[in-house]
Amino acid sequence: MKKLNHKGYYFIAPFFAIFLVFNIYPVLLTFYYTFTRYEGYGKPEFIGLENYTRILTDGYFLEAFINTWKIWGLNFALQLGIALFLAALFSDLRYRIKGIGFFRAVFYLPNLITISSVAILFNIMLDWQHGSINMFLMKIGLISDPINWLNEPATAQISVALILTWMWFGYTFIVLMAGVSGIPGELYEAALIDGANRWQTFVHITLPLLKPIMLYVMITSLIGGLQLFDLPMLITDGLGAPEGSLNTMVLYLYNQAFRYNNYGYAATIAYALFLITVIFSVVTFRSMYRTNAKKEG
Amino acid sequence: MKTEKKSLNVPVNKQGLKKKRSFSRKAIYTLLILLTIISIVPFYMMIINATRENQAILGGFSFLPGSALIENYRTMMDYVNIWNGFKNSLIVSVSVTVLSGYFSALTAFGFAVYEFKGKNLLFIFMLLMMMVPGQLGLIGFYELNNAIGTLDTYIPLIVPAIASPFVVFFLRQYLSTTLHPSLLEAARMDGAGELKIFHTVALPIMMPAVATMSIFTFIGSWNNYIVPLVVLFSPEKYTLPVLMGFLKGSQVATNLGSMYLGIAISVVPIMIAFLFFSKYIISSISAGSIKG
Repeated sequence: MKKLNHKGYYFIAPFFAIFLVFNIYPVLLTFYYTFTRYEGYGKPEFIGLENYTRILTDGYFLEAFINTWKIWGLNFALQLGIALFLAALFSDLRYRIKGIGFFRAVFYLPNLITISSVAILFNIMLDWQHGSINMFLMKIGLISDPINWLNEPATAQISVALILTWMWFGYTFIVLMAGVSGIPGELYEAALIDGANRWQTFVHITLPLLKPIMLYVMITSLIGGLQLFDLPMLITDGLGAPEGSLNTMVLYLYNQAFRYNNYGYAATIAYALFLITVIFSVVTFRSMYRTNAKKEG
Repeated sequence: MKTEKKSLNVPVNKQGLKKKRSFSRKAIYTLLILLTIISIVPFYMMIINATRENQAILGGFSFLPGSALIENYRTMMDYVNIWNGFKNSLIVSVSVTVLSGYFSALTAFGFAVYEFKGKNLLFIFMLLMMMVPGQLGLIGFYELNNAIGTLDTYIPLIVPAIASPFVVFFLRQYLSTTLHPSLLEAARMDGAGELKIFHTVALPIMMPAVATMSIFTFIGSWNNYIVPLVVLFSPEKYTLPVLMGFLKGSQVATNLGSMYLGIAISVVPIMIAFLFFSKYIISSISAGSIKG
Protein backbone atom coordinates (compact mmCIF):
# COMPACT_ATOMS: atom_id res chain seq x y z
CA MET A 1 0.00 0.00 0.00
CA LYS A 2 2.87 2.35 0.63
CA LYS A 3 4.07 2.19 -2.97
CA LEU A 4 3.39 5.33 -4.93
CA ASN A 5 0.65 4.66 -7.40
CA HIS A 6 -0.27 7.31 -9.91
CA LYS A 7 -3.61 5.70 -10.62
CA GLY A 8 -4.93 7.59 -7.63
CA TYR A 9 -4.83 10.78 -9.67
CA TYR A 10 -7.35 9.37 -12.15
CA PHE A 11 -9.82 8.77 -9.39
CA ILE A 12 -9.62 12.21 -7.87
CA ALA A 13 -9.23 14.09 -11.17
CA PRO A 14 -12.96 14.65 -11.94
CA PHE A 15 -13.53 16.01 -8.46
CA PHE A 16 -10.67 18.47 -8.62
CA ALA A 17 -11.43 19.56 -12.18
CA ILE A 18 -14.98 20.50 -11.25
CA PHE A 19 -13.90 21.85 -7.88
CA LEU A 20 -11.39 24.14 -9.54
CA VAL A 21 -13.83 25.45 -12.14
CA PHE A 22 -17.04 25.81 -10.12
CA ASN A 23 -15.66 26.41 -6.66
CA ILE A 24 -12.14 27.80 -6.46
CA TYR A 25 -12.31 29.96 -9.57
CA PRO A 26 -15.57 31.72 -8.55
CA VAL A 27 -14.15 32.39 -5.08
CA LEU A 28 -11.00 33.91 -6.56
CA LEU A 29 -12.93 35.83 -9.21
CA THR A 30 -15.17 37.25 -6.49
CA PHE A 31 -12.06 38.32 -4.59
CA TYR A 32 -10.79 40.12 -7.69
CA TYR A 33 -14.14 41.91 -8.04
CA THR A 34 -13.77 43.36 -4.54
CA PHE A 35 -11.13 45.70 -6.00
CA THR A 36 -13.27 46.78 -8.94
CA ARG A 37 -16.34 48.65 -9.98
CA TYR A 38 -18.29 46.26 -12.15
CA GLU A 39 -21.86 46.55 -13.33
CA GLY A 40 -22.17 43.25 -15.11
CA TYR A 41 -21.18 44.42 -18.59
CA GLY A 42 -17.96 45.69 -20.11
CA LYS A 43 -14.76 45.32 -18.17
CA PRO A 44 -14.44 45.56 -14.40
CA GLU A 45 -12.79 48.88 -13.55
CA PHE A 46 -9.98 48.65 -11.00
CA ILE A 47 -10.64 51.01 -8.08
CA GLY A 48 -8.24 49.74 -5.42
CA LEU A 49 -9.63 49.66 -1.92
CA GLU A 50 -12.64 51.90 -2.54
CA ASN A 51 -15.16 49.09 -1.89
CA TYR A 52 -13.42 48.32 1.39
CA THR A 53 -13.54 51.90 2.64
CA ARG A 54 -17.16 52.05 1.53
CA ILE A 55 -18.22 48.98 3.48
CA LEU A 56 -16.58 50.28 6.66
CA THR A 57 -18.71 53.42 6.52
CA ASP A 58 -21.86 51.90 5.03
CA GLY A 59 -24.79 52.43 7.40
CA TYR A 60 -26.93 49.92 5.52
CA PHE A 61 -24.36 47.19 5.91
CA LEU A 62 -24.04 47.95 9.61
CA GLU A 63 -27.82 47.81 9.87
CA ALA A 64 -27.92 44.50 8.00
CA PHE A 65 -25.19 43.19 10.30
CA ILE A 66 -27.13 44.20 13.42
CA ASN A 67 -30.43 42.84 12.05
CA THR A 68 -28.85 39.52 11.22
CA TRP A 69 -27.40 39.25 14.71
CA LYS A 70 -30.61 40.26 16.44
CA ILE A 71 -32.65 37.71 14.52
CA TRP A 72 -30.07 34.95 14.91
CA GLY A 73 -29.44 35.73 18.58
CA LEU A 74 -33.09 35.66 19.61
CA ASN A 75 -33.72 32.54 17.56
CA PHE A 76 -30.67 30.73 18.92
CA ALA A 77 -31.37 31.59 22.55
CA LEU A 78 -34.92 30.27 22.24
CA GLN A 79 -33.99 27.23 20.20
CA LEU A 80 -31.17 26.20 22.52
CA GLY A 81 -33.29 26.90 25.59
CA ILE A 82 -36.13 24.70 24.38
CA ALA A 83 -33.78 21.97 23.17
CA LEU A 84 -31.81 21.92 26.43
CA PHE A 85 -34.98 21.83 28.46
CA LEU A 86 -36.29 18.92 26.40
CA ALA A 87 -32.95 17.13 26.62
CA ALA A 88 -32.99 17.58 30.41
CA LEU A 89 -36.51 16.15 30.58
CA PHE A 90 -35.75 13.15 28.42
CA SER A 91 -32.51 12.38 30.22
CA ASP A 92 -34.10 12.53 33.66
CA LEU A 93 -34.30 9.06 35.19
CA ARG A 94 -37.17 10.02 37.44
CA TYR A 95 -39.53 10.96 34.63
CA ARG A 96 -39.15 8.03 32.26
CA ILE A 97 -40.73 9.94 29.40
CA LYS A 98 -41.97 7.65 26.66
CA GLY A 99 -42.19 8.19 22.95
CA ILE A 100 -38.89 9.91 22.31
CA GLY A 101 -38.85 8.52 18.77
CA PHE A 102 -42.21 10.08 18.02
CA PHE A 103 -41.37 13.46 19.54
CA ARG A 104 -38.00 13.64 17.82
CA ALA A 105 -39.63 13.02 14.45
CA VAL A 106 -42.44 15.51 14.98
CA PHE A 107 -40.19 18.26 16.32
CA TYR A 108 -37.82 17.76 13.42
CA LEU A 109 -40.51 17.90 10.75
CA PRO A 110 -40.51 21.72 10.27
CA ASN A 111 -36.80 21.59 9.53
CA LEU A 112 -37.27 19.34 6.56
CA ILE A 113 -39.74 21.49 4.69
CA THR A 114 -38.49 23.71 1.88
CA ILE A 115 -37.73 27.03 3.52
CA SER A 116 -39.31 29.01 0.70
CA SER A 117 -42.60 27.19 1.28
CA VAL A 118 -42.27 27.89 4.99
CA ALA A 119 -41.64 31.57 4.27
CA ILE A 120 -44.72 31.91 2.07
CA LEU A 121 -46.85 29.87 4.43
CA PHE A 122 -46.01 32.12 7.36
CA ASN A 123 -46.25 35.20 5.22
CA ILE A 124 -49.94 34.56 4.64
CA MET A 125 -50.56 33.14 8.09
CA LEU A 126 -49.07 36.27 9.68
CA ASP A 127 -51.23 38.57 7.57
CA TRP A 128 -52.60 41.43 9.63
CA GLN A 129 -56.30 41.14 8.80
CA HIS A 130 -56.80 37.69 7.33
CA GLY A 131 -53.90 35.67 8.73
CA SER A 132 -54.71 32.47 10.59
CA ILE A 133 -52.40 33.41 13.46
CA ASN A 134 -54.15 36.67 14.36
CA MET A 135 -57.54 35.05 13.86
CA PHE A 136 -56.60 32.20 16.16
CA LEU A 137 -55.12 34.45 18.84
CA MET A 138 -58.26 36.60 18.76
CA LYS A 139 -60.56 33.59 18.87
CA ILE A 140 -58.96 32.25 22.03
CA GLY A 141 -58.98 35.76 23.46
CA LEU A 142 -55.24 36.20 23.83
CA ILE A 143 -55.32 39.47 21.90
CA SER A 144 -58.24 41.79 21.22
CA ASP A 145 -56.86 43.59 18.16
CA PRO A 146 -54.93 42.03 15.29
CA ILE A 147 -51.17 42.51 15.52
CA ASN A 148 -49.52 43.81 12.38
CA TRP A 149 -46.66 41.32 12.68
CA LEU A 150 -44.78 42.02 9.50
CA ASN A 151 -45.26 45.78 9.41
CA GLU A 152 -43.46 46.84 12.57
CA PRO A 153 -39.68 46.45 12.72
CA ALA A 154 -39.66 44.83 16.14
CA THR A 155 -42.48 42.34 15.53
CA ALA A 156 -41.15 41.58 12.05
CA GLN A 157 -37.77 40.60 13.48
CA ILE A 158 -39.40 38.64 16.28
CA SER A 159 -41.63 36.85 13.76
CA VAL A 160 -38.67 35.76 11.65
CA ALA A 161 -36.74 34.69 14.74
CA LEU A 162 -39.72 32.65 15.93
CA ILE A 163 -40.12 30.99 12.54
CA LEU A 164 -36.45 30.03 12.68
CA THR A 165 -36.88 28.71 16.20
CA TRP A 166 -39.86 26.70 15.03
CA MET A 167 -37.76 25.28 12.21
CA TRP A 168 -34.66 24.46 14.24
CA PHE A 169 -35.47 23.52 17.84
CA GLY A 170 -36.21 19.92 16.82
CA TYR A 171 -32.89 19.54 15.04
CA THR A 172 -31.00 21.01 17.99
CA PHE A 173 -32.91 18.71 20.32
CA ILE A 174 -31.93 15.64 18.28
CA VAL A 175 -28.30 16.67 18.30
CA LEU A 176 -28.30 17.39 22.04
CA MET A 177 -30.03 14.06 22.73
CA ALA A 178 -27.27 12.34 20.77
CA GLY A 179 -24.87 14.00 23.19
CA VAL A 180 -26.94 13.03 26.20
CA SER A 181 -27.03 9.39 25.15
CA GLY A 182 -23.23 9.48 25.16
CA ILE A 183 -23.18 10.44 28.86
CA PRO A 184 -22.64 7.30 30.97
CA GLY A 185 -25.84 6.29 32.76
CA GLU A 186 -23.85 5.57 35.93
CA LEU A 187 -23.29 9.28 36.39
CA TYR A 188 -27.02 9.86 36.62
CA GLU A 189 -27.46 6.87 38.89
CA ALA A 190 -24.76 8.17 41.18
CA ALA A 191 -26.39 11.58 41.25
CA LEU A 192 -29.72 9.97 42.06
CA ILE A 193 -28.23 8.00 44.94
CA ASP A 194 -26.42 11.04 46.24
CA GLY A 195 -29.76 12.80 46.35
CA ALA A 196 -28.97 15.45 43.77
CA ASN A 197 -32.07 17.29 42.63
CA ARG A 198 -32.99 17.81 38.98
CA TRP A 199 -31.40 21.19 38.71
CA GLN A 200 -28.13 20.02 40.27
CA THR A 201 -28.04 16.97 38.00
CA PHE A 202 -28.62 19.16 34.99
CA VAL A 203 -26.06 21.83 35.91
CA HIS A 204 -23.31 19.51 37.15
CA ILE A 205 -23.67 16.53 34.82
CA THR A 206 -25.69 17.19 31.70
CA LEU A 207 -24.58 20.72 30.94
CA PRO A 208 -20.79 20.33 31.28
CA LEU A 209 -20.75 17.06 29.34
CA LEU A 210 -22.86 18.56 26.57
CA LYS A 211 -20.44 21.42 26.06
CA PRO A 212 -18.62 20.02 23.02
CA ILE A 213 -21.87 19.23 21.28
CA MET A 214 -23.33 22.63 22.18
CA LEU A 215 -20.27 24.16 20.60
CA TYR A 216 -20.97 22.19 17.44
CA VAL A 217 -24.60 23.31 17.44
CA MET A 218 -23.66 26.91 18.08
CA ILE A 219 -21.04 27.17 15.36
CA THR A 220 -23.14 25.44 12.70
CA SER A 221 -26.14 27.55 13.67
CA LEU A 222 -24.04 30.70 13.59
CA ILE A 223 -22.65 29.95 10.15
CA GLY A 224 -26.15 29.22 8.85
CA GLY A 225 -27.71 32.14 10.71
CA LEU A 226 -25.28 34.72 9.35
CA GLN A 227 -26.32 33.58 5.87
CA LEU A 228 -30.00 34.15 6.55
CA PHE A 229 -31.61 34.91 3.22
CA ASP A 230 -34.60 32.82 2.12
CA LEU A 231 -37.04 33.92 4.82
CA PRO A 232 -36.53 37.71 4.61
CA MET A 233 -36.23 37.56 0.83
CA LEU A 234 -39.57 35.81 0.39
CA ILE A 235 -41.40 37.54 3.21
CA THR A 236 -40.48 41.04 2.08
CA ASP A 237 -40.18 40.43 -1.69
CA GLY A 238 -36.51 41.25 -1.36
CA LEU A 239 -37.07 44.69 0.13
CA GLY A 240 -36.06 43.92 3.71
CA ALA A 241 -38.98 46.06 4.90
CA PRO A 242 -40.38 47.28 7.32
CA GLU A 243 -37.86 50.08 7.75
CA GLY A 244 -35.07 47.79 6.68
CA SER A 245 -35.52 45.63 9.75
CA LEU A 246 -35.44 42.41 7.75
CA ASN A 247 -32.51 43.48 5.62
CA THR A 248 -29.94 40.77 6.39
CA MET A 249 -26.36 40.66 5.18
CA VAL A 250 -26.97 38.12 2.42
CA LEU A 251 -30.17 39.88 1.33
CA TYR A 252 -28.13 43.08 1.07
CA LEU A 253 -25.50 41.18 -0.93
CA TYR A 254 -28.16 39.77 -3.25
CA ASN A 255 -29.76 43.16 -3.81
CA GLN A 256 -26.46 44.91 -4.44
CA ALA A 257 -25.55 42.29 -7.04
CA PHE A 258 -28.76 41.32 -8.77
CA ARG A 259 -31.02 44.32 -8.16
CA TYR A 260 -28.55 47.21 -8.48
CA ASN A 261 -25.83 45.47 -10.52
CA ASN A 262 -23.07 46.53 -8.13
CA TYR A 263 -21.09 43.32 -8.50
CA GLY A 264 -17.89 44.79 -7.11
CA TYR A 265 -19.48 46.00 -3.93
CA ALA A 266 -21.57 42.83 -3.56
CA ALA A 267 -18.36 40.80 -3.79
CA THR A 268 -16.91 42.91 -0.98
CA ILE A 269 -19.98 42.18 1.15
CA ALA A 270 -19.45 38.47 0.50
CA TYR A 271 -15.88 38.67 1.78
CA ALA A 272 -16.87 40.80 4.76
CA LEU A 273 -19.48 38.17 5.62
CA PHE A 274 -16.88 35.44 5.34
CA LEU A 275 -14.47 37.33 7.58
CA ILE A 276 -17.20 37.95 10.16
CA THR A 277 -18.15 34.26 10.12
CA VAL A 278 -14.56 33.14 10.63
CA ILE A 279 -13.94 35.65 13.43
CA PHE A 280 -17.06 34.74 15.35
CA SER A 281 -16.55 31.01 14.88
CA VAL A 282 -13.03 31.31 16.27
CA VAL A 283 -14.18 33.53 19.16
CA THR A 284 -17.00 31.11 20.02
CA PHE A 285 -14.68 28.15 19.85
CA ARG A 286 -12.01 29.77 21.98
CA SER A 287 -14.35 31.13 24.64
CA MET A 288 -16.06 27.76 25.03
CA TYR A 289 -12.70 26.00 25.13
CA ARG A 290 -11.29 28.42 27.67
CA THR A 291 -14.15 28.15 30.16
CA ASN A 292 -13.87 24.40 29.79
CA ALA A 293 -10.15 24.42 30.50
CA LYS A 294 -10.63 26.65 33.53
CA LYS A 295 -13.13 24.32 35.09
CA GLU A 296 -11.03 21.28 34.53
CA GLY A 297 -7.86 22.97 35.75
CA MET B 1 -31.34 5.25 26.13
CA LYS B 2 -31.06 1.62 27.14
CA THR B 3 -28.67 2.24 29.98
CA GLU B 4 -31.08 4.76 31.41
CA LYS B 5 -33.97 2.36 31.36
CA LYS B 6 -31.97 -0.35 33.07
CA SER B 7 -30.96 1.89 35.88
CA LEU B 8 -34.46 2.50 37.14
CA ASN B 9 -34.23 -0.09 39.87
CA VAL B 10 -31.93 2.16 41.81
CA PRO B 11 -33.21 2.39 45.37
CA VAL B 12 -34.49 5.88 45.97
CA ASN B 13 -36.79 7.50 48.40
CA LYS B 14 -39.88 6.40 46.53
CA GLN B 15 -42.57 7.74 48.76
CA GLY B 16 -41.39 11.27 48.56
CA LEU B 17 -40.97 11.19 44.81
CA LYS B 18 -44.06 9.42 43.65
CA LYS B 19 -46.67 12.04 44.25
CA LYS B 20 -44.60 14.84 42.96
CA ARG B 21 -43.64 12.85 39.88
CA SER B 22 -47.12 11.89 38.79
CA PHE B 23 -48.14 15.52 38.89
CA SER B 24 -45.17 16.90 37.02
CA ARG B 25 -45.26 14.08 34.47
CA LYS B 26 -48.70 15.25 33.50
CA ALA B 27 -47.35 18.76 33.11
CA ILE B 28 -44.49 17.49 31.02
CA TYR B 29 -46.69 15.50 28.68
CA THR B 30 -48.96 18.52 28.31
CA LEU B 31 -45.95 20.58 27.37
CA LEU B 32 -44.71 17.99 24.89
CA ILE B 33 -48.12 17.72 23.29
CA LEU B 34 -48.27 21.50 23.07
CA LEU B 35 -44.93 21.53 21.26
CA THR B 36 -46.18 18.76 18.99
CA ILE B 37 -49.22 20.85 18.13
CA ILE B 38 -47.05 23.89 17.45
CA SER B 39 -44.89 21.79 15.14
CA ILE B 40 -47.80 20.37 13.19
CA VAL B 41 -50.54 23.00 13.24
CA PRO B 42 -49.14 25.25 10.51
CA PHE B 43 -49.15 22.25 8.17
CA TYR B 44 -52.62 21.28 9.28
CA MET B 45 -53.90 24.81 8.67
CA MET B 46 -52.22 24.78 5.28
CA ILE B 47 -54.03 21.61 4.25
CA ILE B 48 -57.37 22.79 5.65
CA ASN B 49 -57.13 26.17 3.99
CA ALA B 50 -56.15 24.55 0.69
CA THR B 51 -59.67 23.13 0.59
CA ARG B 52 -61.48 26.34 1.53
CA GLU B 53 -62.79 29.17 -0.58
CA ASN B 54 -60.99 32.48 -0.56
CA GLN B 55 -64.01 34.22 0.98
CA ALA B 56 -64.23 31.65 3.75
CA ILE B 57 -60.55 32.02 4.60
CA LEU B 58 -60.87 35.80 4.68
CA GLY B 59 -64.00 35.48 6.80
CA GLY B 60 -62.58 33.49 9.65
CA PHE B 61 -60.61 30.74 11.20
CA SER B 62 -61.64 27.11 10.97
CA PHE B 63 -60.25 23.70 11.85
CA LEU B 64 -62.61 22.00 9.40
CA PRO B 65 -61.97 21.51 5.69
CA GLY B 66 -64.05 23.20 3.00
CA SER B 67 -65.12 21.96 -0.41
CA ALA B 68 -63.23 24.24 -2.79
CA LEU B 69 -60.20 22.01 -3.35
CA ILE B 70 -60.80 21.44 -7.06
CA GLU B 71 -61.68 25.07 -7.69
CA ASN B 72 -58.51 26.20 -5.90
CA TYR B 73 -56.51 23.75 -7.97
CA ARG B 74 -57.90 25.12 -11.23
CA THR B 75 -57.25 28.72 -10.23
CA MET B 76 -53.65 27.89 -9.33
CA MET B 77 -52.99 25.87 -12.47
CA ASP B 78 -54.33 28.70 -14.64
CA TYR B 79 -51.34 30.81 -13.61
CA VAL B 80 -48.63 28.49 -12.46
CA ASN B 81 -48.05 24.88 -13.40
CA ILE B 82 -46.73 23.62 -10.12
CA TRP B 83 -46.14 20.08 -11.40
CA ASN B 84 -43.69 21.48 -13.87
CA GLY B 85 -41.72 22.98 -10.99
CA PHE B 86 -41.97 19.62 -9.30
CA LYS B 87 -40.57 17.88 -12.34
CA ASN B 88 -37.73 20.41 -12.62
CA SER B 89 -36.83 20.03 -8.96
CA LEU B 90 -36.89 16.27 -9.34
CA ILE B 91 -34.61 16.34 -12.41
CA VAL B 92 -32.11 18.61 -10.65
CA SER B 93 -32.17 16.89 -7.27
CA VAL B 94 -31.93 13.36 -8.64
CA SER B 95 -29.05 14.31 -10.95
CA VAL B 96 -27.26 16.08 -8.12
CA THR B 97 -27.72 13.11 -5.80
CA VAL B 98 -26.47 10.58 -8.35
CA LEU B 99 -23.46 12.66 -9.45
CA SER B 100 -22.51 13.58 -5.92
CA GLY B 101 -22.81 9.98 -4.73
CA TYR B 102 -20.87 8.43 -7.59
CA PHE B 103 -18.05 10.94 -7.92
CA SER B 104 -17.62 11.35 -4.18
CA ALA B 105 -17.24 7.58 -3.89
CA LEU B 106 -14.72 7.65 -6.73
CA THR B 107 -12.73 10.44 -5.09
CA ALA B 108 -12.89 8.85 -1.66
CA PHE B 109 -11.63 5.61 -3.17
CA GLY B 110 -8.72 7.44 -4.79
CA PHE B 111 -7.77 9.04 -1.48
CA ALA B 112 -8.23 5.90 0.61
CA VAL B 113 -6.51 3.30 -1.56
CA TYR B 114 -3.62 4.92 -3.37
CA GLU B 115 -0.47 6.69 -2.28
CA PHE B 116 0.54 9.53 -4.50
CA LYS B 117 2.43 12.78 -4.27
CA GLY B 118 0.53 15.69 -2.80
CA LYS B 119 -2.27 13.45 -1.57
CA ASN B 120 -2.41 14.81 1.96
CA LEU B 121 -2.02 18.36 0.78
CA LEU B 122 -4.94 18.00 -1.62
CA PHE B 123 -7.05 16.40 1.07
CA ILE B 124 -6.35 19.15 3.59
CA PHE B 125 -7.01 21.77 0.93
CA MET B 126 -10.37 20.15 0.26
CA LEU B 127 -11.22 20.18 3.96
CA LEU B 128 -10.31 23.85 4.24
CA MET B 129 -12.53 24.73 1.31
CA MET B 130 -15.33 22.84 3.03
CA MET B 131 -15.42 25.63 5.63
CA VAL B 132 -16.04 28.31 3.01
CA PRO B 133 -19.71 29.29 2.90
CA GLY B 134 -21.54 28.96 -0.40
CA GLN B 135 -22.29 32.65 -0.76
CA LEU B 136 -18.62 33.64 -0.86
CA GLY B 137 -18.20 32.75 -4.52
CA LEU B 138 -21.76 33.53 -5.62
CA ILE B 139 -20.91 36.61 -7.69
CA GLY B 140 -17.99 34.88 -9.38
CA PHE B 141 -20.12 31.79 -9.93
CA TYR B 142 -22.76 33.86 -11.67
CA GLU B 143 -20.16 35.61 -13.82
CA LEU B 144 -18.47 32.32 -14.71
CA ASN B 145 -21.76 30.88 -15.95
CA ASN B 146 -22.48 34.09 -17.77
CA ALA B 147 -19.11 33.80 -19.52
CA ILE B 148 -19.50 30.16 -20.56
CA GLY B 149 -23.16 30.62 -21.52
CA THR B 150 -24.72 28.28 -18.98
CA LEU B 151 -27.06 30.77 -17.32
CA ASP B 152 -30.71 29.71 -17.44
CA THR B 153 -29.69 26.05 -17.76
CA TYR B 154 -29.44 23.30 -15.15
CA ILE B 155 -25.67 22.92 -15.62
CA PRO B 156 -24.73 25.33 -12.79
CA LEU B 157 -27.18 23.53 -10.53
CA ILE B 158 -26.12 19.97 -11.36
CA VAL B 159 -22.50 19.76 -12.47
CA PRO B 160 -20.87 21.32 -9.37
CA ALA B 161 -22.29 18.37 -7.38
CA ILE B 162 -19.42 16.29 -8.78
CA ALA B 163 -17.25 18.11 -6.25
CA SER B 164 -18.91 17.64 -2.84
CA PRO B 165 -16.09 17.88 -0.28
CA PHE B 166 -18.19 16.91 2.70
CA VAL B 167 -19.44 13.72 1.08
CA VAL B 168 -15.90 12.78 0.03
CA PHE B 169 -14.69 13.37 3.56
CA PHE B 170 -17.45 11.23 5.02
CA LEU B 171 -16.95 8.39 2.54
CA ARG B 172 -13.21 8.36 2.97
CA GLN B 173 -13.59 7.99 6.72
CA TYR B 174 -16.05 5.20 6.07
CA LEU B 175 -13.78 3.41 3.62
CA SER B 176 -10.78 3.56 5.91
CA THR B 177 -12.62 1.36 8.42
CA THR B 178 -14.53 -0.93 6.09
CA LEU B 179 -12.33 -1.65 3.07
CA HIS B 180 -9.61 -4.23 3.72
CA PRO B 181 -6.59 -4.18 1.43
CA SER B 182 -6.86 -7.96 1.11
CA LEU B 183 -10.12 -7.54 -0.80
CA LEU B 184 -8.36 -5.34 -3.32
CA GLU B 185 -5.43 -7.74 -3.61
CA ALA B 186 -7.78 -10.64 -4.27
CA ALA B 187 -9.52 -8.71 -7.03
CA ARG B 188 -6.18 -7.72 -8.55
CA MET B 189 -5.05 -11.33 -8.55
CA ASP B 190 -8.16 -12.12 -10.57
CA GLY B 191 -6.91 -9.63 -13.09
CA ALA B 192 -9.52 -6.91 -12.54
CA GLY B 193 -8.63 -3.37 -13.59
CA GLU B 194 -8.58 -0.61 -10.98
CA LEU B 195 -11.82 0.98 -12.18
CA LYS B 196 -13.48 -2.41 -12.21
CA ILE B 197 -12.30 -3.02 -8.66
CA PHE B 198 -13.90 0.26 -7.69
CA HIS B 199 -17.20 -0.70 -9.27
CA THR B 200 -17.36 -4.32 -8.12
CA VAL B 201 -15.60 -4.22 -4.76
CA ALA B 202 -15.46 -0.74 -3.25
CA LEU B 203 -18.73 0.79 -4.41
CA PRO B 204 -20.94 -1.97 -2.97
CA ILE B 205 -19.11 -1.67 0.34
CA MET B 206 -19.69 2.09 0.37
CA MET B 207 -23.37 1.90 -0.55
CA PRO B 208 -24.81 2.29 2.99
CA ALA B 209 -22.72 5.42 3.54
CA VAL B 210 -23.56 6.72 0.07
CA ALA B 211 -27.26 6.20 0.82
CA THR B 212 -27.02 8.12 4.09
CA MET B 213 -25.29 11.04 2.39
CA SER B 214 -27.73 10.87 -0.52
CA ILE B 215 -30.68 11.67 1.70
CA PHE B 216 -29.03 14.88 2.83
CA THR B 217 -27.75 15.75 -0.62
CA PHE B 218 -31.23 15.29 -2.03
CA ILE B 219 -32.92 17.39 0.66
CA GLY B 220 -30.28 20.09 0.34
CA SER B 221 -30.68 20.27 -3.41
CA TRP B 222 -34.47 20.12 -3.23
CA ASN B 223 -34.54 23.03 -0.79
CA ASN B 224 -31.84 25.10 -2.46
CA TYR B 225 -33.17 28.55 -3.19
CA ILE B 226 -30.50 31.18 -3.79
CA VAL B 227 -28.53 29.47 -6.59
CA PRO B 228 -31.50 28.60 -8.84
CA LEU B 229 -32.93 32.05 -8.08
CA VAL B 230 -29.75 33.63 -9.40
CA VAL B 231 -29.08 31.44 -12.44
CA LEU B 232 -32.57 30.64 -13.77
CA PHE B 233 -34.65 33.24 -15.63
CA SER B 234 -37.38 31.32 -17.48
CA PRO B 235 -40.40 30.47 -15.32
CA GLU B 236 -40.83 27.13 -17.10
CA LYS B 237 -37.38 26.14 -15.84
CA TYR B 238 -37.92 27.20 -12.22
CA THR B 239 -37.36 24.66 -9.51
CA LEU B 240 -40.01 24.37 -6.84
CA PRO B 241 -38.57 26.85 -4.28
CA VAL B 242 -38.11 29.54 -6.94
CA LEU B 243 -41.54 28.78 -8.34
CA MET B 244 -43.00 29.30 -4.87
CA GLY B 245 -41.55 32.81 -4.84
CA PHE B 246 -42.93 33.33 -8.33
CA LEU B 247 -46.35 32.11 -7.15
CA LYS B 248 -46.31 34.65 -4.36
CA GLY B 249 -45.68 37.48 -6.81
CA SER B 250 -48.33 36.28 -9.28
CA GLN B 251 -52.07 36.87 -9.34
CA VAL B 252 -52.64 33.60 -7.53
CA ALA B 253 -51.58 35.41 -4.38
CA THR B 254 -54.98 37.13 -4.20
CA ASN B 255 -56.66 33.74 -3.89
CA LEU B 256 -55.49 32.43 -0.54
CA GLY B 257 -57.03 29.00 -1.01
CA SER B 258 -54.98 28.47 -4.15
CA MET B 259 -51.86 29.80 -2.44
CA TYR B 260 -52.27 27.35 0.41
CA LEU B 261 -52.83 24.57 -2.08
CA GLY B 262 -49.66 25.46 -3.95
CA ILE B 263 -47.67 25.44 -0.72
CA ALA B 264 -49.29 22.15 0.29
CA ILE B 265 -48.33 20.51 -3.00
CA SER B 266 -44.72 21.61 -2.51
CA VAL B 267 -44.63 20.33 1.06
CA VAL B 268 -46.72 17.16 1.29
CA PRO B 269 -44.46 14.85 -0.78
CA ILE B 270 -41.52 15.66 1.49
CA MET B 271 -43.69 14.98 4.53
CA ILE B 272 -44.73 11.61 3.11
CA ALA B 273 -41.11 10.72 2.33
CA PHE B 274 -40.21 11.68 5.88
CA LEU B 275 -42.79 9.21 7.23
CA PHE B 276 -40.76 6.42 5.65
CA PHE B 277 -37.27 7.75 6.27
CA SER B 278 -37.61 9.56 9.59
CA LYS B 279 -35.78 6.97 11.68
CA TYR B 280 -32.96 6.82 9.19
CA ILE B 281 -32.66 10.60 8.89
CA ILE B 282 -32.73 11.21 12.62
CA SER B 283 -30.17 8.55 13.44
CA SER B 284 -27.93 10.01 10.73
CA ILE B 285 -28.16 13.46 12.29
CA SER B 286 -27.31 12.02 15.69
CA ALA B 287 -24.35 10.09 14.32
CA GLY B 288 -23.06 13.04 12.29
CA SER B 289 -23.11 15.41 15.22
CA ILE B 290 -21.16 13.09 17.49
CA LYS B 291 -18.41 12.71 14.94
CA GLY B 292 -18.43 16.43 14.19
